[in-house]
Amino acid sequence: MTQTVPTILILSVIMNFLVLGSSNLKSLIRNVAIQGLLMSVFSLAFAHTPSFRLVLLVLASATIKGFLIPSTLFRALREVHIRHEAEPYLGLVPSVLLCAVGTGLALLFAGNLPLASEHRGLLVVPTALSTFLTGFLLLTTRRKAISQVVGYLTLENGIFVFAQLLHESMPFLVEVGVLLDLVVGIFVMGIVMNHIQREFSSLDTERLSELRD
Amino acid sequence: MLLLIVILPLVAALIAFVLPSDRLRPPLIAVTALLHLALTFQLKVGETTPDGWLAVDSLGYLILGVLSILFTLCSIYGIGYLRVRSDRPNRIFTVCMLTFLSMTTGVTLAQHLALLWVAMEGATLSTAMLIYFNRNARSLEAAWKYLMIGSVGIALALLGSLFIGYAAFLSGNASLLFHDLLSHSAALSRPWVRAGFVLLLVGYGTKMGLAPLHTWKPDAYGEAPGLIGALLAGGMTNCAFLALMRIFRITSAAGEAAFARELLVFIGLLSMAVAAVFMAGQRDFKRMLAYSSVEHMGILVLGIGVGGLAVLGTLLHVINNAFTKIILFLSAGNIHRAYGSKRVEQVSGAIRRLPISGALFLTGFLAITGSPPFGPFISEFTILNGAMETGHYVSATLFLLFLIVIFIGMGATVLAVVQGTPSESSDTGFRDSFWKTAPMFASLALVLMMGIWIPGPLYAFLEQAARTLQGAP
Repeated sequence: MTQTVPTILILSVIMNFLVLGSSNLKSLIRNVAIQGLLMSVFSLAFAHTPSFRLVLLVLASATIKGFLIPSTLFRALREVHIRHEAEPYLGLVPSVLLCAVGTGLALLFAGNLPLASEHRGLLVVPTALSTFLTGFLLLTTRRKAISQVVGYLTLENGIFVFAQLLHESMPFLVEVGVLLDLVVGIFVMGIVMNHIQREFSSLDTERLSELRD
Repeated sequence: MLLLIVILPLVAALIAFVLPSDRLRPPLIAVTALLHLALTFQLKVGETTPDGWLAVDSLGYLILGVLSILFTLCSIYGIGYLRVRSDRPNRIFTVCMLTFLSMTTGVTLAQHLALLWVAMEGATLSTAMLIYFNRNARSLEAAWKYLMIGSVGIALALLGSLFIGYAAFLSGNASLLFHDLLSHSAALSRPWVRAGFVLLLVGYGTKMGLAPLHTWKPDAYGEAPGLIGALLAGGMTNCAFLALMRIFRITSAAGEAAFARELLVFIGLLSMAVAAVFMAGQRDFKRMLAYSSVEHMGILVLGIGVGGLAVLGTLLHVINNAFTKIILFLSAGNIHRAYGSKRVEQVSGAIRRLPISGALFLTGFLAITGSPPFGPFISEFTILNGAMETGHYVSATLFLLFLIVIFIGMGATVLAVVQGTPSESSDTGFRDSFWKTAPMFASLALVLMMGIWIPGPLYAFLEQAARTLQGAP
């Protein structure tokens, strides 16, 4: 028990580096899907006795993050016939390095925050922050709209890790609401992405640069 | 009753979705808005649902009242606007507008930090499709940027809410209800509250359009139809501001008031400075309005930051800014339609081609920049007074300086649009009509009233709300 949780979390931090280092969009989507599944396993391992509603939520979030959204993204990828290279603004190596620095800082920062005794030594806070940072990097340094959506998913994964600390005190309705917002968010992004593809025959957000001062 | 006011617009959205006729939907929005307005004025401060998740408190009621009036005026304008745009289907537009009303109402009534977040995110998502109403490359770009920057903001806000939740968890009372957070505020873990406040300030600040995460605003306001601009600038941003006020209240109750105030003053002045820089020489008059919104959001957080009398000024400014923005955005929308352009190079002599909209655009500019006898003059003056009174001399000086720079910058653009002779080639044949000007006159009356004579009960209500925000129970 005490071993599983940190192990899973360390694996998800490794996934952060893999996500950032993915040189093509397919592996990018695959990696974020694996991370989403890891997060679900984590939340089961983290709860001492998983309640029915937790199992329900985990199943829903695993289906959505591990299968539903990735398969939608894969389909988008197939339909648009774009080059599958990630084409970041910031190179893959610098972004992985930045993430490493960020993870170090997250460890330091988390060390300064008080934790309840049952949450100590589990690496939950640094993992959450490091994953959040990964999502932020993806959102800001990638050109392809799909990578930006993956960035948003990664942000949500980071929050999901942290949210497990509060699962017991969070009303069910709120957790469902958060999940629903995630799905609708991705859905709306999907619609807009679809229109971008039709309008510009590309998913390169570089083309979206007409509006500026 | 409380649930009803949230659900009513959702039901209307459903009806709008199944209605087959494009002609019936705009009146449906207006009818829903009027019902919503009637319900809003039936509510009383202190009303609550049995579980305490939704309740009317003075801060929320203020924002809800402004929102409801704003939405009603915009929906009346919408009847005229959608008639002009009858070439395109308005189903999605109508459904999204009504969902927006439901979600923002939810924000004003939510008494739970995470529920507030859910409603805020719902409001954001429903507006993304509204920005994309024109279905062209530019509005697509605006909608995408809005979604991307907005999702970073909303993610930060969620993480911040959870941080506050953890602070409560450590204090042994893990509830995210505002009432519980406030009554156990002394026991909240302060490092988590500080970290949470920073995240929430940046997160909801993004929704408000505070610098440095304001960059979605000029794009969204520039490309969205005028009435959506008014809804965003007077409705959405106020809701995000309400979220910030609620967080500020908890943070100060937890003993971190000084820390929070410093940040608010800094971000407020930064937003004003950014707005001043980008407004000077702005050639696109709708983008100019977006920067004006950045400026006024800056003024709001600055007012809360300096405290004292300025808090009352800020609450007044919430009302004044929203109603003045209606005049500005709707008249700008009309001018845009009449010329087929929103660039200063192509638009001149608006007051000749559209005597009413042109004159109101000019009046709106004078009002928003703080000229008497309009409402914003009173509220900005009160904030300035408060800043002097609490010894924020540097901030007060900068505040005045930015206001002057903005007046000059905005004035150059507005005058170029209003004065001169319109060129024949740019005429689209669009003219002022009753539906598209009446809402502006109504807002103008409100803005004038707020400048000349604030009704006694309203003033007493605002004073009470200001005391609540400053820590009174």
